[in-house]
Parts: sequence; C-alpha cells; structure tokens
Amino acid sequence: MARYDRAITVFSPDGHLFQVEYALEAVRKGNAAVGVRGSDTVVLGVEKKSTPKLQDSRSVRKIARLDDHIALACAGLKADARVLINRARVECQSHRLTVEDPVTVEYITRYIAGLQQKYTQSGGVRPFGLSTLIVGFDPYNDKPALYQTDPSGTFSAWKANATGRNSNSMREFLEKNYKETSGKETVKLAIRALLEVVESGGKNIEIAVMTKKDGLRELEESEIDEYVAEIEAEKAAAEAAKKGAPKDA
Amino acid sequence: MMKLDMSALETQFGAPAGEDGGLLFDVDGAAMPAMEFPNCPDFDRFQAKTKDMVKNKRGTTTLAFIFDKGVIVAADSRASMGGYISSQTVRKIIEINPYMLGTMAGGAADCQFWHRNLGTKCRLHELANKRRISVTGASKLLANILYSYRGMGLSIGTMIAGWDEKGPGLYYVDSEGARLKGNRFSVGSGSLYAYSVLDEGYRFKMSVEEAGELARRAIYHATFRDGASGGCVSVYHVGPDGWKKLSGDDVGELHYQYYPVQKTPVEQEMTDASTS
Repeated sequence: MARYDRAITVFSPDGHLFQVEYALEAVRKGNAAVGVRGSDTVVLGVEKKSTPKLQDSRSVRKIARLDDHIALACAGLKADARVLINRARVECQSHRLTVEDPVTVEYITRYIAGLQQKYTQSGGVRPFGLSTLIVGFDPYNDKPALYQTDPSGTFSAWKANATGRNSNSMREFLEKNYKETSGKETVKLAIRALLEVVESGGKNIEIAVMTKKDGLRELEESEIDEYVAEIEAEKAAAEAAKKGAPKDA
Repeated sequence: MMKLDMSALETQFGAPAGEDGGLLFDVDGAAMPAMEFPNCPDFDRFQAKTKDMVKNKRGTTTLAFIFDKGVIVAADSRASMGGYISSQTVRKIIEINPYMLGTMAGGAADCQFWHRNLGTKCRLHELANKRRISVTGASKLLANILYSYRGMGLSIGTMIAGWDEKGPGLYYVDSEGARLKGNRFSVGSGSLYAYSVLDEGYRFKMSVEEAGELARRAIYHATFRDGASGGCVSVYHVGPDGWKKLSGDDVGELHYQYYPVQKTPVEQEMTDASTS
C-alpha cells in the first residue's frame, strides 16, 4: 500500500510539474468554452459536440449552476468536473450556513482553485484535468464577475476569456473585439467568439446568460439561432460596407 | 457510578471522614475534625447539581440595544464567586475589533478566551476576503463554536454588537448554542431590573447622549437591587466609524446623582437651657 502514497506530481529537474502540464493538454483537447462579462450581464458559452442520435442531449448539460447567483462552465475531463462541481456546491451551502451570507464569486473561485492545487501536492492523486470559467454576481455590490481556474490551481479575474479547444483563437478574437457591453450585446459577443471556432448553428452551441434580477437562464436553440442570424447579417453588412467604400472613394 | 474525587478533602492528617463522621485518626495527639458530607441520597448528582446551581447565576448585568444612531452597549463591573465579591473592576465589554464589541456574562475565562478567538477569526476573514466580516457572520462563527462545545460546561452569555454594511447589528449568543437577532437584549442576574428601566425609556429615535443615559440608568438600577452586580457602569456606543467609550461611572456616585441626599427638616431644635 505504501506505493500509492508516493506523489504522482513531482518536480522535473528544470522546475516543471509535468502532471500539471499534461492536465493542461487534456484541457486543450476539451470542448471550447467562453465567458464574457458585461456591465449588467455575464454570459457563458460552450461548444456542443454533435450528440449521437440515441443520446438524450438534456442529460449532458455543460453549464452547471453552483448557487442561485453563480454558474460554472469548464473544459477538460467531464468526470473530474462533476466531482469538483459537487464539492463547490457543498461549499456554497456550507458558507451560507456558517456566515449566513451567499458566497462571493471570488470566494468560490478561490475554493475551487485551492482544491485543484491540493491535488497537485498530495500523495497518490493526479491533478484535476479541467479549467473552469466561473461567473456570477457578488451579493454585496451586485457587480458581475468572471474568473478562470486551471489545473495548477491558479485563478484570476477576466473581462472575457476562453478555454478548451482553439482557445487561443477565441481569446485573440475577444482581445480584438472586446468592449464594454450590456444585455444582448454581451451575449452576441460571446456567440461571435464561439462561432470563430465552432460550426455555426444553435445545435452546436450552448449559451447561458446570468443577470442580477433573473439569475441563470439557458437559451433555447431557437433563441441562439436568432442571435446567429443577427450576427451573420451584421457580418454581411460589414463586408458589403467594406466592398462598397473603395468604389465610392 | 462516578468515582468520588476526594482529593480536595484530603489533609495532611489523613483521608477524609468516613461513615462515622467523627475523628478518625489521632495523629500525634492532634485530632483533625473530619468534614461532614451532606446527607443526601445521591452524592454524585449532588456535585453536578451544585455546579449547575452556581453556573447559571451569571452574576452580572449587561445590556445592548439598537437605536437610530447605532448600538449602545453597557455593563457593570462586578465579579462574584458565590457571596464573595472577587472584583469591582472587571472589564465586561470586550473589544473584538474596532467596529465590534462583545459583552461578558457567565464564566469570565470562557468569555475572554472565546471573544479573543473570535477576534482572530474575524481578522483572518478580513485578510482572506478583503472585506470586513458582518456582525451576522461573526456571531454565527461564535455560535457554531459554542454549539460544538455544548454540554461540556462552557458558561457564556454574550451579545455581539457592531456596525457593518447593513447598518447596526446585535445578536445574543450563549453557550447552549442559542443565537438570536434582536433590537434590545439584557443578560445576567440583574437583567430583569435592567429590562424594566430599558423597556420603559426606550425609543428608536434618540440622541447618542440620551441613549447612553438610558443605558447607564438601567445598569445602575440593576446594580442597586442585584447583589451580584455593581462596581462601575461602562457605556459604549457603536456607530458607523466604530465603537467609542461614552462613560465609566462608579455606581455609588451615580446613586447620589440620581437620588441626592434630602436634607430632612429639623423637627425640634435643641436650644440651650436657659440658666437662671
């Protein structure tokens, strides 16, 4: 039994934790996920890989609710995600019990990141193979927040971020096109970022929108299709304007 | 059956008296009078019952109430061990941090230790979460700790008063695990007397001076009638910028302030007998 106590995550001679880096590889193979923070809205979007015909797609929800005011999307090993999400849900309730207040987004992110870090420094366990995007509203000042954690246990706050497959292209897109948005504009920005790397259409994307008033709401396929149609129309108009301008000049 | 702990009764002269109740040893001629055990059917429960009896006395008077300008916290300063006054200068209002106060009733050691412990936890919460802990949270932390020690003999009847983002907050927490939110509380053996004066004079809208004076009067009246309360009255005010001590007055002096000595009219004057 002593063999299983040996740490799986050990330093390499040049200072790397290979298990953590391999976990990041697993994340890079996971489905694309994007999060955008607006002034009064936060949006999570996840790529939906084509579901087999016989599978009930409702049982494969990719965006999880941690509490009334906090939601989480992740990229990587889904089974690890389930464990982490359950622990986070328990912690949200435990916090309500011990201090009679809902968690802040930062607190629960810190907890999840702490958990992920613990598994890089314990004997006989491997790190969690997922990065999470956590969104929510702080109960004290009603400000929206977006955080990201990764398998090494680091976390930070973001205005917009992406993780999973092709996250670099999505992040580039967001850096180029990010501006302060609110309401529907925030949703559109998230969908546009996802559409950079995902086949167009409501059946390939899952979007959840959270506002202070209405909490978390998953968009219907039809609503997503509407947004996509709007975006494509805008894109076409922009193209036409570009083509039109030089001629006029 | 519990094994009786006789160590307190042992003397240099030998073990305590047995059934005969009288002199047992005659050591070097000096006869040690043996102590009599109380004649009761169940000596084990007797000890526990004595502990209970002394414990619940909570010889003290503390009170706190919320009004429109914050929270007033007041307490006496007497510590008693049964009928013996062990101190007249006990600080029963404990400063947990610059914006939160706790009151002490029950076991002095228990109250002091757990309040300091609470202060530590509040500070750690501040550092970890980059925001002050609420009065709700602080009182819940303390109540959860006390609940886990329930039945182990802690004796604490405390009020946590403070000002946080939601405004003034006041909670009563005790060693049985109770935690109550409220606007007016008084804890201790003199609380009954303090309640009558406090409830009679309380209004939500008061100036800080009026509220402080109400608290002072309430504690004074409790010390007047309750033997286990006395010493001086300390009055604190917790406002949006934290707590501030308003006053600390000796109850003896307060008595003559409230009830100055009346000069009794002379009934008959003695005159010098005329010598003639």
